[in-house]
Amino acid sequence: MSSKKETFGGTVGFVLAVCVVCALLVSFSAVQLKPLQKANKLLDQQTKILEASGLLEKAGKDVVKTYNEFVVARMIDLDSGEFIEGDVINFDERRNSRDKALSIKPESDLAGINRRSNTAVVYLVKDETGVIDTVVLPIVGSGLWDLMYGYVGLESDLNTVKSVIYSDHKETPGLGAEVLNPKWKALWPGKKIYNDAGEVKAKLVKGGAKANDIHGVDALSGATLTSNGVTHTLQFWFGKEGYKTFITKYRAEGVK
Amino acid sequence: MSSDAKKVLTGPIVDNNPIALQVLGICSALAVTSSMANALVMSLAVIFVTAFSNLFISIIRNHIPSSVRIIVQMAIIASLVIVVDQVLKAFSYQLSKELAVFVGLIITNCIVMGRAEAFAMKEKPVVSFLDGIGNGLGYGAILMLVAFFRELLGFGTLFGIEILPLVQNDGWYQANGLLVLPFSSFFVIGLIIWAIRQWKPEQVEKD
Repeated sequence: MSSKKETFGGTVGFVLAVCVVCALLVSFSAVQLKPLQKANKLLDQQTKILEASGLLEKAGKDVVKTYNEFVVARMIDLDSGEFIEGDVINFDERRNSRDKALSIKPESDLAGINRRSNTAVVYLVKDETGVIDTVVLPIVGSGLWDLMYGYVGLESDLNTVKSVIYSDHKETPGLGAEVLNPKWKALWPGKKIYNDAGEVKAKLVKGGAKANDIHGVDALSGATLTSNGVTHTLQFWFGKEGYKTFITKYRAEGVK
Repeated sequence: MSSDAKKVLTGPIVDNNPIALQVLGICSALAVTSSMANALVMSLAVIFVTAFSNLFISIIRNHIPSSVRIIVQMAIIASLVIVVDQVLKAFSYQLSKELAVFVGLIITNCIVMGRAEAFAMKEKPVVSFLDGIGNGLGYGAILMLVAFFRELLGFGTLFGIEILPLVQNDGWYQANGLLVLPFSSFFVIGLIIWAIRQWKPEQVEKD
């Protein structure tokens, strides 16, 4: 064998054999682990949605069961604000917003997202008696380094904030990444997105929001660009190119 | 265990540490040491990859044509790294999100290639496997040490558990923002190398 190994044929044969073995190893692990990976991803998403709707503590370890019991995912058309039929389980906002047929270029791209998916999945959360008391809306917008993905939980009036939960971001640890700090998240409940005229007023206030400010929340110290990003994300997603049409319709007609 | 095997296994931890003495694998050491949990997972991944790449390469070392040996080594290492990445995604989604890029970069970690080329190509499989574990441990030891200082002083926590209460959370500790940033690892690694060489002066290079 060792005398043959330096010949052309021997070399090609050896390399091919190594390739086949490596390919088998890789594809076996990828295929075998796929279901677990999918379940993990879904669990991560469901955990965030429960957190946004304030059910996470109650759910304890049983995230999937609580999610299935209280949360209904529905697809909406952002332009018409109507509920539509759609595959909510495999919906992928990131994939849609890269597809020209499934997304538009917003006229005022406040959130810096470049393209926005035509549809969105919203999460309707029921209370113990089966009445919808929380609506969780996914949001996305540019922070300092990259897009930040998250959820806003709203009370049933679709104006009072229950929570702002970021699920995926690349902000600077200790500065912008403080969007995940429980102290900051605790500032949100009770804030109003819109004023009486229906304008988006929710924002982060540099130097600290006043105690009686019903729209403003303290900005993150040392993270002006992340804070601006959060404000712009909210302004975009609750504006007319975001959920405003849906919210107006929902308030008037409820769930259909 | 014979004393030779023991030397192969424990030698790289202090006496012949891949980061501190050979100064290999620095880039990933900078990136993943902002928290202990990340550093631990990264260390385990590197231990796994160096150990098994050494093992497999050593098994086929007499059959690898020398003209393509680096490519063959790369193929084996890359496959192992992909497996690690898949396993991580399946069992620890949160960590895999944070480590995704860096796990992929284990492929280019000089420690793995260095050990395959310098050790596994010449030695028997079992001792190569131990050498892989040893070098992975040496890498991991430095990573954990750096992460210990960076997480404790940069975030006031260890493994996410609060040790020094931060000012933002009504505590007394003002976090050191410098240590949160990747390049601060240079300072910490430099200090560690200095400390090791004070302790073991034979590691100091002669001019």
